[in-house]
Amino acid sequence: MTAKKNLSGEVSRSVFSPKMKMADLVDLNYHLLTVLDRLNIDLTLGDASVSEVCERNDVDVATFFLVCGIYTFHDYVPSGETLDSVNVMHIIRYLHLSHEFYLHSALVDIADDIELMLAPCDEKHQRIIWRFFSQYKEELSKHFEYEENVVFPYVKALYEHTDTPSATPEEVGDDHTNIEEKVEDLKNIVLKYLPRECNSKAIIKVLNGIYRLARDLERHTLIEDSILMPLVNKLEKR
Amino acid sequence: MTEKKKVLLIIPSLMVARGIEQILGEVGEFKVIGILSDLSRGSANRLRNIEADVVVIDPIVFDYESRANGRSVLADFSDAPAVAIETSLMDEETLRPYDAVIGLYDSPTAVVRKLRSAVESQQDSPRAEGEELSAREKEILVSVAKGMLNKEIADQYNISIYTVITHRKNITRKTGIKTVAGLTVYALLNNLIDINSIE
Repeated sequence: MTAKKNLSGEVSRSVFSPKMKMADLVDLNYHLLTVLDRLNIDLTLGDASVSEVCERNDVDVATFFLVCGIYTFHDYVPSGETLDSVNVMHIIRYLHLSHEFYLHSALVDIADDIELMLAPCDEKHQRIIWRFFSQYKEELSKHFEYEENVVFPYVKALYEHTDTPSATPEEVGDDHTNIEEKVEDLKNIVLKYLPRECNSKAIIKVLNGIYRLARDLERHTLIEDSILMPLVNKLEKR
Repeated sequence: MTEKKKVLLIIPSLMVARGIEQILGEVGEFKVIGILSDLSRGSANRLRNIEADVVVIDPIVFDYESRANGRSVLADFSDAPAVAIETSLMDEETLRPYDAVIGLYDSPTAVVRKLRSAVESQQDSPRAEGEELSAREKEILVSVAKGMLNKEIADQYNISIYTVITHRKNITRKTGIKTVAGLTVYALLNNLIDINSIE
């Protein structure tokens, strides 16, 4: 493999190119596997280049690189030029696929592990934890629903020059904070305050799942704030 | 209005010390409660008896040999966060242990911002001791878990709303839990309330 990392183990930005092999890209940052997963990319990569794989799987290359940048460099800020090269509808497609991934894959896995974790506990403790988890899940899906039903149609109408829907999106900043605080709370509860009977192996699985989800949601918010919002602002001024 | 934060200066140059005092007097939020010109025995005794929220020190008060350890020497006398003021060139190792570093050419707002961040950093850092919730904090936690508002809690315990907020901040700092729903789970798991009282 030709993985290029600098002395501090960080991936150098210069190696990202459509001509590089997709397998090398994944090897540089394995967190991208979850991105490939939700884009339904066929994982028999062989020696195919990033652009070949994207084309084969009907994924927009520019969008793909933007998302890879966000997932790889924690201080990534796309330049105006980069933003001009992406189509806002592709960004929305990615956000939509991410929503599906969170609700139908990540949260389902965490729930399965919570079930294992709580199996040895008494009914009362199980009820307490499940209650909090379902509240969190509900809040998250409500938040996604709002984006799917209000924000995305609004952007689509702007993009297609049709009349914008009467319901225009409001600031959703507070919502994000609350959702981030809740997942942080869930982590701390599992990490510190579970009853002793809980299954330790399952606790580790649950924690891994929560850490991964929290990190991913953080990136998701970043895509909304630093890519979607600037693109929408530009469309609104058009 | 909250009370002004108390600043203690340990600065040999009276010009610099008076300058900072003047600047802080104009901006509000902080006030200088004492100026020491060195850390001699007499000064050190005064330092122990002064309750400062933040100390501003010129590391030049330590001789060259002991300067790198200056921050820990100061910690023996005072728990307050310490901000260094760089009046002459200092090496990085000397300045790193401080909570902030003020330069002679900093604007008044920059000075205040740095003092503020030093005070806040102290509040955020986890304490080695005292992680257990106090009896009063447990009572407040139960009220929060039951869905009471700050105002209602203040009335029930006959304390000010600011005290309630301080208690809530401390509860969050000690438990690591921020949301009401999360605090409710904490209270339930620790048998502080019964699940039937909230459903």
